[in-house]
Parts: sequence; structure tokens; C-alpha cells
Amino acid sequence: MSEHIVSPKIYVLIFLSLMAGTGLTVWAAFQNFGPFNIVIALAIASFKATLVVLYFMHARYSPRRTHLVIVSSVFWLAIMLALTLSDYTTR
Amino acid sequence: MHRTGELYGHFQTLEQQKESAALGMWVFLVTEVLFFGGLFMTYTINRHAFSTAFGVGSNTLDIKLGGFNTVVLIMSSLTMAMAVWSAQVGKKQFVSIFLIATLALGTVFLGIKVIEYKQKFDHHLIPGHDFDVMYRTAHPTAADKPNDMAVEKEELEKAFAKDPDLNAHAQLYFSLYFGMTGLHALHMIVGAGLLIWLIKGSFKGRFTPQYNTPVEIVGLYWHFVDIVWIYLFPLLYLIDRHR
Repeated sequence: MSEHIVSPKIYVLIFLSLMAGTGLTVWAAFQNFGPFNIVIALAIASFKATLVVLYFMHARYSPRRTHLVIVSSVFWLAIMLALTLSDYTTR
Repeated sequence: MHRTGELYGHFQTLEQQKESAALGMWVFLVTEVLFFGGLFMTYTINRHAFSTAFGVGSNTLDIKLGGFNTVVLIMSSLTMAMAVWSAQVGKKQFVSIFLIATLALGTVFLGIKVIEYKQKFDHHLIPGHDFDVMYRTAHPTAADKPNDMAVEKEELEKAFAKDPDLNAHAQLYFSLYFGMTGLHALHMIVGAGLLIWLIKGSFKGRFTPQYNTPVEIVGLYWHFVDIVWIYLFPLLYLIDRHR
């Protein structure tokens, strides 16, 4: 951690980006992109989540072992999703 | 346990103690990701299998309330982050102010959630014996515009034509809706409790540039709960709005 202090300016910038993302996701939901509606919604949500993790949760300024833990959460989640869906979609 | 000030005996420095605490919190959050992940998984499979019913269920939700709550929650993440900053730069009064703001915004979120749940009760959309997706259109109140109700009734009839078991499958949607938002709300309530504990500490001036671990750790938890909502909002409220 080595006490990196994130400035309020960055916090406000991230906040505004998250607001813009929320607006964008609501707008996109009312457009017809066919099967891509859900993809777009999840992409925007993941982008917002990444901003929160990197800046609000200070992951960007955290030691590498914290990065490892964060990546492992995505990794285990991916295993659960991939294996379960590979079952359900091939029945 | 041996303790010097805020430093516990098994740590050498406050910084080492903070890093360990943050790591522990992150490991806990990994388990939380998988905990909520299981529900998202269940949601995905059922949404895929019963997309008509899930669309009908989703469209009964109020985008204005859900969107407002999203804004409120993201704002509370900002105030939480600002509380951490205030502690890091030694502005003790601001720590209290930002923590109280976070708690207030969290409470607003839960209040709105109560209003939303109440509407679902009134419209017989609670899974169980009295569940009826047609209830609202069959029993319009003075506040419901006849035109809207007619449109909604037509949509429902079309949906029933596609899925004769719509009522049962819509219950599945609402079970997941209440399960997921309920679990999320439970996390908010736990977070509110933690914030009250932090606010008490901040009044005593406990959080300083040298020691602000609890603010940082509760912050991690609070932001995680925010992230869960960032996914819940589009998946529950916005999946079938395009017509």
C-alpha cells in the first residue's frame, strides 16, 4: 500500500465516469441491439466495476499480492460460470 | 493480546498491519464474489430458459426508482472514498462528515427499496399462493392510467401466448429478484452497522494519517456492495426495455 493517497479530484472524476456509465446503460437498454443488448449492458457494468476496484478500492496502488487475490476472484468465478454453462447449454 | 496504541503485538508497523487487514478483506471479498456469483449464475440460466417471463417481470420494475438508487449508491461510494482521504490527510472533522453522508445515502437507498418492495406487495408480485402477474391490470387503481393498463394487458396476453406457464415462470423471476436484492440489502444493513461503528470512532478522533485501517477496510466492503448493485441494476431492471 505504501500510503498512496488518491486525490479527491480523481475520486470525483471516477464518480462522474460512473454516472455517465449509468446514463449510458439506461440509454442502451432502450435501443434494440438484438442479442447484443445484454453484452453491452454487461460490458458497461464491468467497466464501471473496474473503475470502482482500481480507484475507489485503491487496487491500482495496492501490492501485487492484492492483485493476485482480485484476479483469483475473477478466475474462480469464470470456472463456475464456464463449467455450469457448458453443462446447461449442451443438454 | 499485547497492543501498543492501535498496533497489535504480532505486527511490526502500522503499515504492515494495514496491508494484512486489507489483504484479509480482499480474500473475504473473493468469497463474496462467488457467493453472489452463484445467484447470478442461477439468474442467467433461468433467464435464458424463461426469457419471456423474465422480461415481463423485469418490466414491472420502476426504472426511475432503480436508476435513482444507482445514483445514490455510487454517490455513497464517493463519500466513502472521501472519508478515507480525509483520514489520510488528517482532516478529522471531514472523516465524520463523509461517514455520516455515506450512512445517510445508504439509508436513502434502503428506504427506496422498501417503497419498491411495497409496490410489489400491492401488485401481488410476491412469489407464493397469491402471486398473479395479471393482478395489476385486472385491479387498476385511480393512479393507473387506463391507456398504460391497456398496453400492459396486451403485452401480458402476448406473453401468455408465448409461454402458457407465464405465472409460474414470472414467480421464478421474482424469487430471484427478492433473493438477490434482499441479499444485497442485507449487505447494506451490515454496512450501515459498520458505518455507525466508524462514526463513533471518528467522533473520538480515532482515525489519523498514521492509523485509518478500519475506514479503509469498511470502504472496501462498501465499494464491493456498490459493485454488486452495478450488475444487479441492468440485469434486473433493464433486460427487456427495448421494444
